[in-house]
Amino acid sequence: MSSALLSFERVSYSYPGTEQPALSDVSLELHPGEFCLLAGLSGSGKSSLLRAASGLVPHSHGGRFAGRVSVAGLDTREHGPARIGAFAGALFQDPETQLVTSSVRAELALALETRGHAATAVARGVEEVALALGIDALLDRSTHELSGGEKQRVALGAALAGRPRAVLLDEPTSQLDPVAGDELIGLLRRLNQEWETTIVLAEHRLERCLAAADRVIALELGRVAFDGAPHDFVRWAGERSPALQTPGAKLFALSGLHPAPVGVRQARAALRARGLLPEQQESAAAPALGEHTAVGPDAAAAVEPDLGRAPSRRRRRRGAPQPALELRGVWHELRDGPAILRGATLTLMPGEAVALMGRNGAGKSTLLRHAAGLLQPTRGRVLGAGRVALLLQNPGDYFIHERVDEETSARALLDVGLSGLAARHPRDLSGGERQRLALAIVTDGERPAVLALDEPTRGMDRSAKAELAAQLRARAGEGQAVIVATHDPEFAAACAVRAVLLADGRVIADGTTAELLAGGWYFATETARILGGAGGALLPEQGAELLRRESPIEAVPA
Amino acid sequence: MGTAFFYRRLASPLHATRASVGAVWALSLTASALILYQPLALLALLAAVLGAGWGAGVGRRLVRSLRTALIVAVPIVLVNLLVSRDGLTVFARLGVLGPFGQGDLTLEALAYGGVIALKVALLILVTTLAGLAVDPDDLLRMFRRLSFRSALTATLATRMVPLLAADSQRLAEAQRTRPGGAPGGARGRVALLGAVVAGSLDRAMDVAATLEVRGFAAHRRGRRAGGRGAGAGGRAPFSRHDLAFAASAAAVLALSFDGRLAGSAAFSAYPRIEMPLGAGTFALCAALLAAVLLPFCDRRGIEP
Repeated sequence: MSSALLSFERVSYSYPGTEQPALSDVSLELHPGEFCLLAGLSGSGKSSLLRAASGLVPHSHGGRFAGRVSVAGLDTREHGPARIGAFAGALFQDPETQLVTSSVRAELALALETRGHAATAVARGVEEVALALGIDALLDRSTHELSGGEKQRVALGAALAGRPRAVLLDEPTSQLDPVAGDELIGLLRRLNQEWETTIVLAEHRLERCLAAADRVIALELGRVAFDGAPHDFVRWAGERSPALQTPGAKLFALSGLHPAPVGVRQARAALRARGLLPEQQESAAAPALGEHTAVGPDAAAAVEPDLGRAPSRRRRRRGAPQPALELRGVWHELRDGPAILRGATLTLMPGEAVALMGRNGAGKSTLLRHAAGLLQPTRGRVLGAGRVALLLQNPGDYFIHERVDEETSARALLDVGLSGLAARHPRDLSGGERQRLALAIVTDGERPAVLALDEPTRGMDRSAKAELAAQLRARAGEGQAVIVATHDPEFAAACAVRAVLLADGRVIADGTTAELLAGGWYFATETARILGGAGGALLPEQGAELLRRESPIEAVPA
Repeated sequence: MGTAFFYRRLASPLHATRASVGAVWALSLTASALILYQPLALLALLAAVLGAGWGAGVGRRLVRSLRTALIVAVPIVLVNLLVSRDGLTVFARLGVLGPFGQGDLTLEALAYGGVIALKVALLILVTTLAGLAVDPDDLLRMFRRLSFRSALTATLATRMVPLLAADSQRLAEAQRTRPGGAPGGARGRVALLGAVVAGSLDRAMDVAATLEVRGFAAHRRGRRAGGRGAGAGGRAPFSRHDLAFAASAAAVLALSFDGRLAGSAAFSAYPRIEMPLGAGTFALCAALLAAVLLPFCDRRGIEP
């Protein structure tokens, strides 16, 4: 084994003003060419570990630091982030704060210029990194006008421009749609394989990148709880930390199958070897909307949790209940700019939970803003049966007071289970708690007819997502219409019964979650991808039920 | 939107010009606005700047800026009208105005106030045009050889302004979604201001962390890093647009000085308005228009 590129020796660290250590006696070594996944719940120390590896801890943050971190032989106590950055590039969660200059070319050049490279070396470095990441077409674009995915790629390019030997990434896909997220993971894998770049990636959606990793380090309360190969990690997570279990591993555990798979491909191979997945299904094409009716509706109804079903249009036409929200041919056209919504039409019935999905820039957030009356359509109409409570992407934007109980009423805090934290500062809450407080703020007072949430799970771990999904299901059960814009198919499947796919400002697909999320490549849950969309099973519980009932499971028609 | 008044690379001859030449061209327009007093020449320059805005694809935003300029210009005219005592042609008598003395309004004070207001409007428009069409990163890179960190900090400021504008817009939007709207009263406003400041500090911390890991503190002087050419490994050759705008800048300056010195742009407001309106004045106006607008006629090679 080659000598360590990155090593932690008994590192403990506490942020200024806190007693609770963010890292506690962490020792590990990373070698050149490793692809290491950092797993752990929110607050487990993943970001602190990455910041310690980049030298930002303790240099930029202060606090109490013990032990030794070395990067390419440089002790981070003696060398600051600028020096360390030549060997270990870093990419953080929010692409907005990763871009420092106004044009892509200047952004890529900056890291080289600051390190004193000659003009020719800067020019060559910029061209090469742009070509390697496929962003050469963006070179003369302004950083203001890039999409979230493009910004993250440019930020990655800036981190890689100096050809560092390691890249440290803190949840880089949390704000990306499934397509852009998968592209970024694929890109990292390519960098790792072709350039032998060491990758250290902190992620919550482990199913997205576990198969690409060589090694997983799981943190619990700042300590290394697991350090090993991905296949050992899935077994460990099943036994010790179910909140870190991937949906595929959970599907196998619930079905009584062993060993737990690391990714979709391995899971499908294991199912085929046991005769649970027919051979021909390997080539089965993704089912079109409504195709599940051949094999699915009964099976899906049998395995779907108690979420109710999306009311059919015919039932709605005859039907007694008034829609909670109706968007009729809504257009949103920017002056001197493109049309963000192009005749979007959508009806939500009371008690219906709908997932709104689509790529970055598809118009999801704009549609929700129209629903809540924050924007006025340039054409079309928005009709509602009552108040629309809208929870925007950043819960922190709602907090303007010093105490939780100053932000909203005691009853609203009780509803979201935050009564016990009334005296805390809102910014000291965990990610999940902040989301719940923001939810309490927007739903306080008159009961809203519609609850709209814009990307509520960004940066949330699996247990916080499960909690939120349960809350949303409960609200739908009480008759509130719920619409959630999300990039996370697992969350969409857990909280909604109906899914709407938006593209280029138009609704391009609208059906039950089973119809929409079972057969796709990107907009599909891991369970659905493993089972090839059979029976419309989306969640591990549904898949396990299907595997128990049907052996082998029926193939989805090609 | 937050980025409506910031640089965006568009397909225009001015955007295709290197930042140093674009800046010099804008400075020549500024100098011309300061040198000239002849109202017709100033109006010609105003028309030329607005035309340049349309040629650069930022005409609508320039018109919005003109509205702001008018808001500034009207008080200038009014104040000069009220305080100036040098004109002879009285068109209204307001009597004694306390400490200001006799309130006689003169045609000369009105005209001079109008000229000053026109100059201020021109300065605002040229600054807006330069902000919208001259790449600040490219411009600031020229100064990095003198003081890298100061230039980078200035670059960062140009990036942070739209970012913070977008942040505050997002925060205001979040407050609008509260039942009952944003908290009112002085206490509510103070709380909101505190949240904006806290958010800005968080942003600044994040950006500072990014700068740190990109080697800001470890800056070493490169062998050469200049202009747009820094990205191309050396000094880039002058493009047709660079040459055209450089020639335009020289012509605008020459015409302005010539007009002032030769008398075709002469103007005197006090004690009586003296403003020759001969063929020379009209020729100067036409030449100014042509000098400013001709570079926009060549639209080859302007794609970003």
